[in-house]
Amino acid sequence: MSPRILLPVFVLSLLLAPQLVSEFHVTLLNYIGLYSIVAIGLVLLTGVGGLMSFGQAAFVGLGGYATAYLTTATSLPVWIASLGGSPWLGLLAGVVLTAAVALLLGLLTLRLSGHYLPLGTIAWSISLYFLFGNLEFLGGHTGISGIPALSMFGLPMKDARNFYYLIWVVVLLAAWLTINLLDSREGRAIRALKGGVVMAEAMGVDTARSKVVIFLIAALFGCVSGWLYAHLQRFVNPTPFSLNMSIEYLFMAVLGGAAHVWGAVLGAGVITVLKQWLQDWLPRLLGASGNFEMIVFGVLMIFVLQRARDGLWPILCRLVPQRAIARSVPVADVLPRKSLPEAGEVLLEARHVVKRFGGLVANNNMNLNVKAGEIMALIGPNGAGKSTMFNCVSGVDRATEGEVLFRGRPVTELDSREIAKLGMSRTFQHVRLLPTMTVLENAAIGAHLRGSRGVLPAMLHLERAEENRLLAEAARQVERVGLKSSMFEAAGSLALGQQRTLEIARALCADPCLLLLDEPAAGLRYMEKQALAELLRKLRGEGMGILLVEHDMDFVMGLADRVVVMEFGEKIAEGLPEGVQRNPAVIEAYLGGVD
Amino acid sequence: MDLQIALLLGQDGITNGAIYALLSLALVLVFAVTRVIFIPQGEFVAFGALTLASFQAGKVPGTLWLLIGAGIAVAVVDLRAVLGRSRQRRRIFSILGWNLVYPVVLAILIHLAKPGELPLAAQVILALALVVPLGPMTYRLAFQPLAEASVLVLLIVAVGVHFALVGLGLLFFGAEGSRTPAFSDGSLTLGSLTVGAQTLWVLGSSLTLIVVLAFFFERTIYGKALRATAMNRTGARLMGISTVMAGKLSFLLASLIGAFSGVLIAPITTVYYDTGFLIGLKGFVGAIVGALSSYPLAALGALLVGLLEAFSSFWASAFKEVIVFTLIIPVLVWLSLTTHQVEEEE
Repeated sequence: MSPRILLPVFVLSLLLAPQLVSEFHVTLLNYIGLYSIVAIGLVLLTGVGGLMSFGQAAFVGLGGYATAYLTTATSLPVWIASLGGSPWLGLLAGVVLTAAVALLLGLLTLRLSGHYLPLGTIAWSISLYFLFGNLEFLGGHTGISGIPALSMFGLPMKDARNFYYLIWVVVLLAAWLTINLLDSREGRAIRALKGGVVMAEAMGVDTARSKVVIFLIAALFGCVSGWLYAHLQRFVNPTPFSLNMSIEYLFMAVLGGAAHVWGAVLGAGVITVLKQWLQDWLPRLLGASGNFEMIVFGVLMIFVLQRARDGLWPILCRLVPQRAIARSVPVADVLPRKSLPEAGEVLLEARHVVKRFGGLVANNNMNLNVKAGEIMALIGPNGAGKSTMFNCVSGVDRATEGEVLFRGRPVTELDSREIAKLGMSRTFQHVRLLPTMTVLENAAIGAHLRGSRGVLPAMLHLERAEENRLLAEAARQVERVGLKSSMFEAAGSLALGQQRTLEIARALCADPCLLLLDEPAAGLRYMEKQALAELLRKLRGEGMGILLVEHDMDFVMGLADRVVVMEFGEKIAEGLPEGVQRNPAVIEAYLGGVD
Repeated sequence: MDLQIALLLGQDGITNGAIYALLSLALVLVFAVTRVIFIPQGEFVAFGALTLASFQAGKVPGTLWLLIGAGIAVAVVDLRAVLGRSRQRRRIFSILGWNLVYPVVLAILIHLAKPGELPLAAQVILALALVVPLGPMTYRLAFQPLAEASVLVLLIVAVGVHFALVGLGLLFFGAEGSRTPAFSDGSLTLGSLTVGAQTLWVLGSSLTLIVVLAFFFERTIYGKALRATAMNRTGARLMGISTVMAGKLSFLLASLIGAFSGVLIAPITTVYYDTGFLIGLKGFVGAIVGALSSYPLAALGALLVGLLEAFSSFWASAFKEVIVFTLIIPVLVWLSLTTHQVEEEE
């Protein structure tokens, strides 16, 4: 069976299932669907984004309680009383409430390091659980009953089979929206969160915003699941929204395969069925009643993370013959380019830059400038402070003292994201690619700032025209650096030298006027170096300024217009390549002095 | 509220706060050394308290079976790693000794000694001897194979361990709670304030333990090794400090602190199989106040949690937990305003 027909087969069997199985199994499938919606959100948040929340069940609870209260309350304020009793008002209220809470929690915790979100959401989850259980107007621990049935197109959905279709339509919708989002400009930014924040920021991605966005989406999926739950059960109490349930949602995502959308559905299915089965058998086996499935789930989770950290979905995928899908680069208009500055204009100027790490002075009183249409090389022995200097001018690090001007604007205090917007783009000495993404997608991250369509159009795939232009541009740059034959390979499978070249393609995608290259020729073969030098000359000819850190002297001396030599964090020489090569201080730095 | 009540609540708060402080110290320690956010800390509290209660009820605590089972599992895993490497043959004896012989000896001792009739101090020591080794065993089985994984993965494993241990707690001790008698009767009267004997025990033992820990970290080679590992894992390893040893040792200290806290609070509050979780989380709130890195701040934060809990149980007892856990919101605001964005991912 080819993988392409699996999805239609899956949808068809979903469609037929309620006609073929018993009422009990339809109910079970309903629950799997409800849990899948939440787990899909967690795939986006945890599996893809590398963030963790223990508050998902609480968001489900917000969705459930909002509609439960609004559809059953007898004394609503006048301004909404006319709408009172409508489940749609309940959904709207739940969504607004969830969004507000998720935004607040997200803004508070996401700027801190990774483990504050889980700890913050644990606390929020417990608070909300006790709040549900103690507020009188929410029915306390007994909960709220008598929630009206949903009715759609004039059809009341009172039985499980009707509801089944609604739930699974929402599941497929959630999966579709998530898959769409991941395959977009915003999606690439999200996928960069796990392992590529520094790089993504340098490419102009607002990673803090991406984090808040996925937290918000995951929370809203939870809320919708809760709304469905309330109208399916027609009753809510605090129990299904406790911290333990949040943990089970997390287990579903992890077990299924936290980085795969369909893994969420698989995980929800396995955990739900397993729980049903264990709840039948374990009490009989152990001779006592209680939630003993917790033991099995806990041990299972430890085992999965030790032995198959990517979950069940990739294992399942390996059973299906994978056929290479013929992929092509979309054809699209060329993106508009910014006009390059006049040749000779000073692009970058560093004045008296000092960088200290504690007591260590990595850069001391460094001055340098780069003009449009020239290649400036920064050389020096290992540990001379070249990469630190690079980080200071590109905003990845902040200079302790001194001033950096880019196109006449002070940028010393700006983040790398802001500097990228002004037209500076860079590569990294220690390659920062996303190894599982394709070469094309990696390059396209560089074009992030050249697109503008946001998350919603991406989820609905309404931004295809722009997306095609971005991908076409990325493909042009990949081709330009000579990696066309590897366009759809995973970036991690390239040789190190090629990965460095890909970093250049990514930087070029940003349409910069100043290019910062940190050891671009390291790991390249002779012919590849020649090709790289040719490319850099061409870029210079177009008017781009290039600042280059490099160890290969033949490469530098044949290419650079001017050279700055650093040693021990200070500038020891500056000038034309020939002059620098004869400078006694430079010879001493490289070869050692003669006493 | 008059002064009398305020003093009473303050005393309650400080007593609980002392326990939370102990737990928060353990949490900071474990996180610093192993990067594990030690969610199952609370289960050791419950195991300590309930094991002691089982002894007093004349029953054999289920934790004994857990110790034997975990010992066998650790022995199997360790032996598989050691066999075939001739240089490490000597280790076989220590593996068998700690993981198989020790639990069996303990089982025989419990069988012969009838712990229900022993003096309280002996019961406490037996309970600790039973529960504390579960800490390093947990590290060996759940965390050591993943020692280099991300904080996120370690956190999910910690949650898995928490789930398994809570489930086992229910299996071993049932759903009913237990309370043990106070260490000693009587009370101390200071002016208009009456301080219960158990309160004094809690405060005294917590302070003693904190002093001992401080001495351990400042003056002993193992304490210094742990601090070195917390500061720089790779550097510590290059200096010959085994990160496995450091991990096990930090888990040993955490389970010791946890189980001992359980023994201390068992006379004050009824402990259920799942009580530990909330207690442990309150230790976490304290640890977060200390930004998961400062021991004194964490301890102060934990005391604050205890006091807040005591006073809110007076004014709005139903919302006690809500208020305590909402405390971390202002702390997070403060942290997020003062902390600079994290530059480097792992």
